[in-house]
Amino acid sequence: MIAPNLTWNQWLRDQNPTSRSQARMAQAYLSWLRLKRNPLAMIGLGITVALILMSIFANVLAPYDPITQNLAERLQPPGTPGHWMGTDDFGRDIWTRILYGSRITLYIVLLVILTAPVVGLIIGTVAGYFGGWIDQVLMRITDIFLAFPKLILALALVAVLGPGMVNAVLAIAITSWPPYARVARAETLTVRNSDYIAAVRLQGAGAVRVIWGHVMPMCLPSVIIRVTLDMAGVILTAAGLGFLGLGVQPPQPEWGLMISAGRKFLFEQWWVATMPGLAIFVVSLGFNLMGDGLRDVLDPRSSGR
Amino acid sequence: MRPGFVRGAPYFMASIDAPAAPSRLGRILRQVGATLITLLITFVGLLAVTFIISRVVPIDPVMSILGERATEAQIAETRTKLGLDRPLWMQFGIYVNDALHGDLGTSIRTKKPVVAEIARYFPATLELSTLATIIGVIIGIPAGVLAATKPGSLLDQAVRLIGLMGYSMPVFWLGLIGLLLFYGQLGWVSGPGRLDAAFDMTMQFELTQYTGMILIDTALNGQWDMFANAVSHIILPASLLGYLSMAYISRMTRSFMMNELGQEYITTARVKGMPERRVIWVHALKNVMVPLITVVALSYAFLLEGAVLTETIFAWPGLGRYITDALLVADMPAVLGGTVVVGAVYIGINMVSDLLYRLADPRAR
Repeated sequence: MIAPNLTWNQWLRDQNPTSRSQARMAQAYLSWLRLKRNPLAMIGLGITVALILMSIFANVLAPYDPITQNLAERLQPPGTPGHWMGTDDFGRDIWTRILYGSRITLYIVLLVILTAPVVGLIIGTVAGYFGGWIDQVLMRITDIFLAFPKLILALALVAVLGPGMVNAVLAIAITSWPPYARVARAETLTVRNSDYIAAVRLQGAGAVRVIWGHVMPMCLPSVIIRVTLDMAGVILTAAGLGFLGLGVQPPQPEWGLMISAGRKFLFEQWWVATMPGLAIFVVSLGFNLMGDGLRDVLDPRSSGR
Repeated sequence: MRPGFVRGAPYFMASIDAPAAPSRLGRILRQVGATLITLLITFVGLLAVTFIISRVVPIDPVMSILGERATEAQIAETRTKLGLDRPLWMQFGIYVNDALHGDLGTSIRTKKPVVAEIARYFPATLELSTLATIIGVIIGIPAGVLAATKPGSLLDQAVRLIGLMGYSMPVFWLGLIGLLLFYGQLGWVSGPGRLDAAFDMTMQFELTQYTGMILIDTALNGQWDMFANAVSHIILPASLLGYLSMAYISRMTRSFMMNELGQEYITTARVKGMPERRVIWVHALKNVMVPLITVVALSYAFLLEGAVLTETIFAWPGLGRYITDALLVADMPAVLGGTVVVGAVYIGINMVSDLLYRLADPRAR
């Protein structure tokens, strides 16, 4: 596919791409170059990559077991040999628990971003493409869900479904699809009357085919930007549910839950509540920095420049 | 013929734009009417969601009222009393009707009407989020404007980073750290609760409660030592929530301001030799204020949500704590009632900001 006399770099920078994939790669490469110029975005990317590596290799990196209690070493301060972040009230190493907790966090984020944006994308494109009463009904429903404060609706849902990680994910997903539907609908409205859609329809494509193959891809960039910016919010909501005892249940090392456990001895053993909070903060900051940078690169309209 | 035209009158009378006034009023009234209808539909939708939630609860409302040892007859009687024997759509109708008449059911935990209880808890939340919004506006708008005037500068980067940090901070953790630092270590502020325990008696028996908001009530009663104590209690949670609100407001102000500074009228003003300070703080800011109405309203609504977690940390007797306390004992009428109220306030704030926006921006009329 690459001519032998070209380096990768030259192939990517070619002004006259010979194939569709080359053009696409060149576009991605240019975006990457622009993203690389933004130091804050690169920090965010670094944090995100670190989170992923941490969760994959948690069992290798962690010096102890996240669940097994060791009451002889309870509430050791940070800097104790072998426990650089200290231990909690059951003598478990906090660093170990944070490492394993990154798996739970990443798992929750993945589950939410695999469901909510998809639902929003389908509802938004269908509403925007068909218009008329379908649009009216779907957008009214979206508005109603938007009218709820997210956390409160999630609380009510978890109260009904019962606490637990799957239910927490479900509650977060149910509360976070509406903005995606709005974004997707707006994008659909801009492309729905364009010539290429008319051409596809004249060729006899049905609604499903048009929406799936020709409208949805146009909505993807905006939705992806939203997803990266939303991931921090998902982490914070999940941690909030955990903190209230409605999300992941003990003894699992969920970060919000760990903060809530450390609350009891906040003034004497501050590290128990502080360390997991720091983890939440760093990870969501990472997602936010990355999302912010991505938006500047991919969506020049809203970058505020 | 135009309705303002008077037959036989001199030409200049006909040219007076008489119909403009009623038609503009009419337009505003139509908009208010349309807004109210949307409001009603959204509110009923909100009730539909809570209704559906309440029907899928695995907890049997009859059992939770009567307990395990009720007889068959008692159960049947209570079912009839609660309207549970009727078709689902009729139950929903009753639910909506009750809600519109200010009845959100009875708390299982306290056996009191949910609405009366919420009325008692709500002022504390309102006080906290109002103060937080004020703090957020006072710091956030100037910070955003300054950042926009020198994009890419150190100040801009700092505002951006501080803002993003606010977006990334779990509010309950921020509360704990704040307590640890400013209460535990430095002793600058008072701890959880709205007042020191020493003021409990005064609060209950001597203070005339005009609004339920302690800062206002103590001031109206002339209880200044109590007022000072209340300030030392509210300042920490309000500042922390204010920080979150500031993060959002400063970011949005920056982006609106950048947009505005690129407009031609700004160039014109500069070319005329107008001082830069006046261009930014008077001309541009005036136009930025219009979209900022929506932003401030949104952050206000968002603080109601942030208050849920903050209140549990600061033992603040507000709506958030009411809901979370009710959650722990599975008091569903209280949870759902609280949800409806927060949702309704949320909708209300959004609608008001929408109306204000239209009134403030001539282009949107």
